[in-house]
Amino acid sequence: MDRDVWILGASMTKFMRYKDKDLIDLGAEAALAALADGGVTIQDMDVMGAGNLAEAASGIGQRVQKQIGQTGIPVYNVANACATGATAVRCAYLAIRAGEAEMGLAVGLEKMGKAGLLGASARSDRNVFEPSGRYGSVMSVEGRVGTTLMPGVFAQAGMEYSGANEGVGFEQFAKVAEKNHAHSTLNPLAQYQKAFSLEEVMNAEMMAYPNTLLMCCPTGDGAAALVLVSEEKLRTLSDEQRARAVKISASVMTSDPWTDSDQVQPDVNTLTRAAAAKAYEISGVDPQDLDLVELHDCFATAELVHYDNLGLCAPGEAGKFIDERGPWRDGKIPVNVSGGLISKGHPLGATGVANLYEVATHLRGEAGDRQIEGASVGLTHVIGLGSACAVHVLEKATV
Amino acid sequence: MGKTIPIVDYLVLDDGAPYLVANESIESGALYFDRRNADARSGTQGFRRRRVADTGVVRTFTIVHRAAPGVPTPYVSVVVDLDGGGVVKANLLNVEPTPEHVKIGMKVRMTTYGVGVDDEGTEAIAFAYEPADEES
Repeated sequence: MDRDVWILGASMTKFMRYKDKDLIDLGAEAALAALADGGVTIQDMDVMGAGNLAEAASGIGQRVQKQIGQTGIPVYNVANACATGATAVRCAYLAIRAGEAEMGLAVGLEKMGKAGLLGASARSDRNVFEPSGRYGSVMSVEGRVGTTLMPGVFAQAGMEYSGANEGVGFEQFAKVAEKNHAHSTLNPLAQYQKAFSLEEVMNAEMMAYPNTLLMCCPTGDGAAALVLVSEEKLRTLSDEQRARAVKISASVMTSDPWTDSDQVQPDVNTLTRAAAAKAYEISGVDPQDLDLVELHDCFATAELVHYDNLGLCAPGEAGKFIDERGPWRDGKIPVNVSGGLISKGHPLGATGVANLYEVATHLRGEAGDRQIEGASVGLTHVIGLGSACAVHVLEKATV
Repeated sequence: MGKTIPIVDYLVLDDGAPYLVANESIESGALYFDRRNADARSGTQGFRRRRVADTGVVRTFTIVHRAAPGVPTPYVSVVVDLDGGGVVKANLLNVEPTPEHVKIGMKVRMTTYGVGVDDEGTEAIAFAYEPADEES
């Protein structure tokens, strides 16, 4: 069976650091809000996908069900690095496309608090050196044999692009963060809503050149949820439900194919290009037709390389694209009008659902002060290192 | 002179100059510095050991200012395209850790440095790279 899938309901909590709500509170809040937004209940759901990283082995979907309704439907608990939320969406999407379900719920949730530099916890080195693991290492190699921490990994991804293309340097990367912080001032759901000048971005504490602190996403808490529906089922729903539904014109996932450098430095480009090409082919949408894009700006250097990977600019011209304000909300193709991960926040498991919420909200014309007027087609992109990439194309359509 | 041990097993410290050794897929020629069950490029099994060059060029870099606990900063992390094949990540030593002094495409050569001593007096040796432009 091959049939279209639509977004019927969508929601996200504000991203922030919650003291009074636990992880399940956040997931339940997002799920209940998405169900209400779609005009349906948990009783209508045939399948559920749940995405979370920190407590991935704890039956997270079932724990949320205990707060929103246990109906006996299949639950798929998934963890796929920063693409976890999108993977949960794919679980519901695939079940509907396969004809096993008519409606599905996807929820992504994460509670990170103020986690600091991820992966940088001190590893106690052995008192007597003894080789172990696949590299036969005798101690932590982090910082001794290069860096694999996120700010450095994505800095190196950006610098590789900088070395291969003219007009890309520290200033261009900083402009990305300047833009996303500015965009976030219009988004009440963003973790931070504060604008910074280009000079403030460039003069902030250097984390891993060229990424300063203001060019790195924060850790935080939050959840987002979607209700998906088959086109056949959607046709039976009310006029209001049909009018607000958003079509998923493409849903694509890729992993990283072999490249020589990917063995030591994650290649965030190849799998993104492959996912985008397939999504454009399936949807018939040209990148220049996009009214807005929410892409994975975990670091400013990452966003810039994805302008090129997603075909938003001419090959090699990502520097020119940001210099000409192409990705600003009043530019050629607005990118991360939510504030992006850099300022909206990046609760890992929620991110790949929240970007779909954002684009769907614009296509419905319900984005308030940050609305991109007349938006009818948008794209979302996430990458989880390791690596997994998801690209979705959404369209305003009638059914 | 006390005992030494390489920080990773693909760094070979014998009587000659230190060098890196990779697992090379017999089928595809792909190079890996870790233990592999099969070749990620071709899916085939079968590897041979191959000594790789100790020179190469910087493919990309970053200058790390906030690091894991106990790691001195700032330091330079580089990805190096080795002459004759192979891509490796390491620190870049003997250079000012500023963007003015580290360049993509700069020639580098391998070096080694001590990174710690255990309770039995064995010193761990890491490999790194240093600029090679000054010399012919």
